[in-house]
Amino acid sequence: MKSIQETLQERILIIDGAMGTMIQRHKLTEADYRGERFKNWPSDLKGNNDLLNITKPDVIVGIHKQYLDAGADIIETNTFSSTSIAMADYGMQSLAKELNVAAASCAKEAVKQAGKVAWVAGAIGPLNKTLSLSPDVNNPGFRAITFDEVVAAYYEQVSGLVEGGVDVLLIETIFDTLNAKGAIYAIKQYFDDTKQAPLPIMISGTITDASGRTLSGQTLEAFYTSVMHANPLSVGLNCALGAKEMRPHIEELSTLASCYVSAYPNAGLPNAMGEYDENPADTGHYLEEWAREGFVNIVGGCCGTTPDHIQHIAEHVKGLTPRALPTIEETLS
Amino acid sequence: MKEKISIKPFLRLSGLEPLVVRPETNFVNVGERTNVTGSKMFARLIREKKFEEALSVARQQVESGAQILDVNMDDALLDGAEAMTTYLNLLQSEPDIARIPIMIDSSKFEIIQAGLKCVQGKCIVNSISLKEGEDKFLQQARICQRFGASVIVMAFDEKGQADTMLRKVEISERAYQLLITKLSFAPQDIIFDPNVFAVATGLEEHNNYGVDFIEATRLIKQKMPLTKVSGGVSNLSFSFRGNDHVREAMHAVFLYHAIKAGMDMGIVNAGQLVVYDEIEPTLRNLCEDVILNRNNDNNEATEKLIAFAETVKAKGKIEVKDEAWRNNSVEERLKHALINGITEYIDTDTEEARVKYPRPLDVIEGPLMAGMNVVGDLFGAGKMFLPQVVKSARVMKKSVAWLTPFIEEEKKNNPTATAGSVPKVLLATVKGDVHDIGKNIVGVVLGCNGYDIIDMGVMVPADKILDAAQKENVDVIGLSGLITPSLDEMVHVAHEMKRRGMQQPLLIGGATTSRMHTAVKIAPQYDHGVLHVLDASRSVTVVSSLLNKENKKELLSQTKQEYETLQYQFSNKNKKALIPYSEAVITKEYFDWKKYKPTSPSFTGKKVIKQADLATIARYIDWGPFFIAWEMPGRYPEVLSDAVFGQEAQRLFNDAQQLLKKIITENWFQADGVIGFWPAVSNNADTVTLQTEEGPVQLEFLRQQLKKAVGQPSFSLADFVCPAELGTDFMGSFAVTIHGAKKHIDRFAAEQDEYNKIIVQILADRMVEAFAEYLHEQVRKEYWGYEKNESLTNQQLIREDYNGIRPAPGYPACPDHTEKLKLFSLLNATEEIGITLTESLAMNPPASVCGWYFAHPQSHYFGLGKIDRDQLTDYAKRKQMTLEEAEKWLRPVLE
Repeated sequence: MKSIQETLQERILIIDGAMGTMIQRHKLTEADYRGERFKNWPSDLKGNNDLLNITKPDVIVGIHKQYLDAGADIIETNTFSSTSIAMADYGMQSLAKELNVAAASCAKEAVKQAGKVAWVAGAIGPLNKTLSLSPDVNNPGFRAITFDEVVAAYYEQVSGLVEGGVDVLLIETIFDTLNAKGAIYAIKQYFDDTKQAPLPIMISGTITDASGRTLSGQTLEAFYTSVMHANPLSVGLNCALGAKEMRPHIEELSTLASCYVSAYPNAGLPNAMGEYDENPADTGHYLEEWAREGFVNIVGGCCGTTPDHIQHIAEHVKGLTPRALPTIEETLS
Repeated sequence: MKEKISIKPFLRLSGLEPLVVRPETNFVNVGERTNVTGSKMFARLIREKKFEEALSVARQQVESGAQILDVNMDDALLDGAEAMTTYLNLLQSEPDIARIPIMIDSSKFEIIQAGLKCVQGKCIVNSISLKEGEDKFLQQARICQRFGASVIVMAFDEKGQADTMLRKVEISERAYQLLITKLSFAPQDIIFDPNVFAVATGLEEHNNYGVDFIEATRLIKQKMPLTKVSGGVSNLSFSFRGNDHVREAMHAVFLYHAIKAGMDMGIVNAGQLVVYDEIEPTLRNLCEDVILNRNNDNNEATEKLIAFAETVKAKGKIEVKDEAWRNNSVEERLKHALINGITEYIDTDTEEARVKYPRPLDVIEGPLMAGMNVVGDLFGAGKMFLPQVVKSARVMKKSVAWLTPFIEEEKKNNPTATAGSVPKVLLATVKGDVHDIGKNIVGVVLGCNGYDIIDMGVMVPADKILDAAQKENVDVIGLSGLITPSLDEMVHVAHEMKRRGMQQPLLIGGATTSRMHTAVKIAPQYDHGVLHVLDASRSVTVVSSLLNKENKKELLSQTKQEYETLQYQFSNKNKKALIPYSEAVITKEYFDWKKYKPTSPSFTGKKVIKQADLATIARYIDWGPFFIAWEMPGRYPEVLSDAVFGQEAQRLFNDAQQLLKKIITENWFQADGVIGFWPAVSNNADTVTLQTEEGPVQLEFLRQQLKKAVGQPSFSLADFVCPAELGTDFMGSFAVTIHGAKKHIDRFAAEQDEYNKIIVQILADRMVEAFAEYLHEQVRKEYWGYEKNESLTNQQLIREDYNGIRPAPGYPACPDHTEKLKLFSLLNATEEIGITLTESLAMNPPASVCGWYFAHPQSHYFGLGKIDRDQLTDYAKRKQMTLEEAEKWLRPVLE
């Protein structure tokens, strides 16, 4: 089997679409979320999508499988919130590691069922607390969490994902670069401590609005400069923007990044009802144009995208040449 | 597909914005005042926990030009880690300060770590060293690496701080080897501090410290070229405490020599740097002797500097006039004027040069071209930007204009004396098209690079272009165009070139052109080179390659290969699945018309709005495209603070604002518009019928045919108007234009002032778009009145946050330009406001916009995409056109 690095040299890889959108289609009840094991859990659990890795693995495996069948080469584990920090909302801090192991198993099971070559990316989300921003407008120096706490939480998530058998680690939806630096720190430390060969890291930031900056205020180039020490397999953008709005940023990134470039936009911007309604053919068209321009190596979808979107994207970019890795020069002249 | 890019091993840092240290960066100022050991005031504020006030010290450093901020909390009375954390967290919430990278400065590593945990950008750690042995050094370096920080390595080892040149270099090399071999540290992330020590202390063993630093720097940069060298400059002049005048001079002299030796950055008081050339010569020589340890036996130089220092203690700084360049030779003055775009003295200087040189032509080929070559080099190196280059061209043109009568005179007297052969480039906007801003910019940039530009103007038929090209025997032909029919015209020109057996390469540019179109449609027409050139900056390299035999061969064969790949891709592209037109009509977009109550406009028929208020319109300008036209990509207003060209962008913006003010107060422009509304119904397919006083008018639209996911409608603008059987709706249209620009454009052109000419052109474009925006708002709130209470900011207007749309015939939702004829006749636009249409249906004056108004809140913009032959046939029938004619106008959307 070819490695992901070898395959990236040959063609554009497809990453899957939204998990939440697909879970909603199952119209699961509070009881479904709880399952037998958490029948008597003191807090509400409906909406804790990551918990389904344990209580409804069939649903999660099924969604992964739909994406694989639609053409995804990379599927993301259902672990966006599987850290002790994010799980505190449900009092489930102690389950963080188990959730990650279970999620990796679901994804691997789906790959097995699909019977094709595909890679499982351990998804590492942005946390619900940020290191660069104060939640208290009257006290801009205040922080709701410390760097050490962030590193500890990510370290635990990484250990679960790696033990569960993921192929790559994906730090995604980064709106505060310092949180991402915590994740990078944790990953480096984990592989140093366990003396294992490090897994490739994919990094995906989020440009939040028309200002062209991250939520924590960095320009795209500043963001990339701040995370390049991860020596990532790929860097890219996801979420917050539809393909139309993301294009100039992906174009810029494609000129900056010394690694591969990924892009998985939302299905347009939310409409008046807060729903994403860009149709799959349109998403496919946008991403095809990026591919033709030589901007990208990995494409897929974020919020609001479905297997239909992924299928269109896959068909549109099929056979197109991936962005060539830049020449890394060793002298200044 | 883009060209493969290459990434250089520059030191890259970041705050909220990036800082890239390139070889040409020269010297990076690190602000030193946010340091409790160096600034008494800062130390007091921190000790008293007045952190907010302490922020102002940082702000002052940034405002004085610091590019990195050094933060140091090493004070015995402080909890350093806590103070560092609090201060840096506060700094992060001040975007004007957090913009630049942070240098975390401490002799205690735990304070450094505390700092690293607070900063999202890529920092510099100041510093680590071999003081406590290799293990400790590597352990600390590894932690810095995990945070992605660059490190300053102090020249300090187990034996102590290095004071001689040899020890400084030896320790640096040892540290380098360890970092590279044990940790694979990126060499560009290593910064050496070879220790700046005080000189002129009276102790003779200190006298060579300046030289030791400078020479160590030279060797370090020779041996390890990717690394950087930094130093704390103020240590040097420690013995002159209290005499800032002498200290500043010493710093300037020291930096001058250290930077020449390779020093990249220094910790300095960013507000207090003086320029080497501006130091009075006596003081400068004394400083030089002390720092370079010359004439310094028995402390002789030191004594002299001390004696001098006594005399100047009270004196302030010596002002050097901005006009100093006027004292240089005429050649230098011409060069200075060209580089800085100063026209003030150009006539006198040119005249002086003309008298000095044997022939007027020698002035052009000598000093003027020498100056322009410097401009070309600086532009190529990214040190000058487009607006500056255009200003240089203005100076050049003025100078040439002064010389021209003398050259003519000479020719008359001596007809055999011919000018040297300068390569000629012919530029033209093709027949049917009137847009020429981009072409003008290309002309100016090429002109600056020494080419003779023959600009044929706009709407030039192929024959005229090619006749001129052959008659003038030009070296390169460049075509430009903005609207889609121009693409066909370019194909035609290429075809004609082949028929005439021409040899010159053909360049293609303009907003509507693309590499794909050039490769697939134009290049196959002509065998001697067709190249798509994306922008003005690129045009210089392309043209210069084309004029060199070797390079030309290579460029053409490379392009050929590239275009063949594109042609292959194009022909093998999975044909997009299209659905039959009949099916597309059924899957139209259905609105709930029963619930929709159309608003009746305040009038039906048309209404002319003449001489709209320019000041009001100007408030609606979207400045983003203004900067894009000048090849300064970025959003407004962020573009003004861009790290690379922000300063130039600001200057350009100021110039534009000034000109705009003049345009408004002196009424250079006249903004005229006409709008109209009519009762309208659709036919459930793609025809909308307007009820006008002269009878019904049928508008024909096109419908998407691309196969979409189940349940997704096939869009057509006709769907946004109520079908006849469900009620009566309304539709509107508008045309707006800016008159009066041409007179001023021509005037500036006559004055050789390309810079202002192009600004006026772009402003006319911006103003007409702003007028369309403003009028649309008036329509929503008043004339049609379907959004009486709307209140949006300019940003929201630019984002199209309002209800309703104004698509233009010829653009993605309705790509057929010929519907513009109906629009014009409905509004009587040519008679009423003087817009004419060319044979390609481009509007003249070029600063004109027209479009349809749709009011339904769910109406939206979309791109038509490709359509199939069945729709083409139906459309031709509806439009009463021949199939060939319909095909001609719809070619861009046919599969």
